[in-house]
Amino acid sequence: MTSERAFTLDDTEVEFEPGDSLLTAALASDRYIPHLCAHPDFSPHGSCRVCLVEVDGHNRPACTTAAQPGMTIRSDIEPINVMRRQLLQLLFVEGNHFCPSCEQSGQCQLQATVYTVGMTDLHYPPLGPRRELDASHPDLLLDRDRCIGCELCVKASSEVDQKHIFSLGGRGTHTQLIVNSEHNQLGETDMTPDDRAAHICPVGVILFKTGNYAQPTGQRLYDQQPISAIGNHRAEDVDLPPTP
Amino acid sequence: MTDITPINRKLRIATCSLAGCFGCHMSFLDIDERIQALAEIAKFDRSPLTDHGDLGQCDIGLVEGGLCNEDNVQTLSLFRRQCRVLVAVGACAVTGGVPAMRNHYSLTECLQESFINGVGVDDPQIPNDPELPRLLDKVRPLQEWIKVDISMPGCPPPAEAFVELITAVREGRTPDFTYSMRHFD
Ligand code: SF4
Ligand code: SF4
Repeated sequence: MTSERAFTLDDTEVEFEPGDSLLTAALASDRYIPHLCAHPDFSPHGSCRVCLVEVDGHNRPACTTAAQPGMTIRSDIEPINVMRRQLLQLLFVEGNHFCPSCEQSGQCQLQATVYTVGMTDLHYPPLGPRRELDASHPDLLLDRDRCIGCELCVKASSEVDQKHIFSLGGRGTHTQLIVNSEHNQLGETDMTPDDRAAHICPVGVILFKTGNYAQPTGQRLYDQQPISAIGNHRAEDVDLPPTP
Repeated sequence: MTDITPINRKLRIATCSLAGCFGCHMSFLDIDERIQALAEIAKFDRSPLTDHGDLGQCDIGLVEGGLCNEDNVQTLSLFRRQCRVLVAVGACAVTGGVPAMRNHYSLTECLQESFINGVGVDDPQIPNDPELPRLLDKVRPLQEWIKVDISMPGCPPPAEAFVELITAVREGRTPDFTYSMRHFD
């Protein structure tokens, strides 16, 4: 018998707790739905759209859709994966992503999602935006080229660190990461390497100045196992600040 | 990829390196002893591996590197005309790659830094020999100029990806690049 608090996800049943979104319920049952801006510790806002699923025939983001009994959800189907690939391609061309030189390569959630969803090219012309690099902080570096506007650093800095250091400014493809200080410089803030915001970025924007490229290729987080098997936020555990 | 039929004769393969570092060609050679089996089923046309200059009609064109100068654009156009399946090989061909990091700067700034103001520059002057191909304003991925049939990301793509690519084209199917063959770095 179908449980009263369950929906079907790609033909198997997933139970949920009151208040669960489709994404939280699926992840709690070890069923992976690709996602980038959602994080279990923060409220979802559905901006990246990568967790798109088909809900009773309509496309909805799994992170902001409340689980309801009897829903029929399809996630790992080609029309949805085509749209996910397009979303990932747009994220790539709207920033400057050169993985071979990126400190985060191998433990980056955007890159790992690209592998899992099967994107192999950019498709769209790269926009090549010019964004300011910020090296003003003694321990941390901001490489805005790779920002996907997920707002996780904004939430971590305000809700956990209580420092309100980051916000996003501008609209559409001009959206940029802003530091809430007089000259938009991280060095003017009281951010420290053990702030939650220093560890939350799913891509390679908020970086430590030392200790990068420590893991050899082949031994990095997502080299052996896909993000669909080991999950999204594992790098937060491994990129602790290096001891000075 | 569309409209490919299995091929029962020897495949003709051409390769070239545009704005790349030859790393993809080196990775291709990492197929090691499988190169003997490859020689049974394929023949190289124009390629830096053969020094064979003219480009004939080919089944596969492997293009490493993005577009950084006018010569690259001409070579790519020729490869597109002559090759039935054109493959963007490696991060630079697929995204522009590390050379495209110059796109943050104007061409003048790049030339000034490299040939006038850079560290250790002796006799500063910007080269202007008419033999040198003119640089493009930006380094671009192949897909911005021609239709690419198959993209093979990776810096470089692993040897196994080349084996799978050639096998698939011969068998008339879309290559199935496994997880370890599809990395972006
Ligand atoms: S942030 Fe991720 S996707 Fe972007 S360049 Fe770095 S590794 Fe690649
Ligand atoms: S810097 Fe990182 S965490 Fe912050 S919005 Fe950009 S991608 Fe998200």
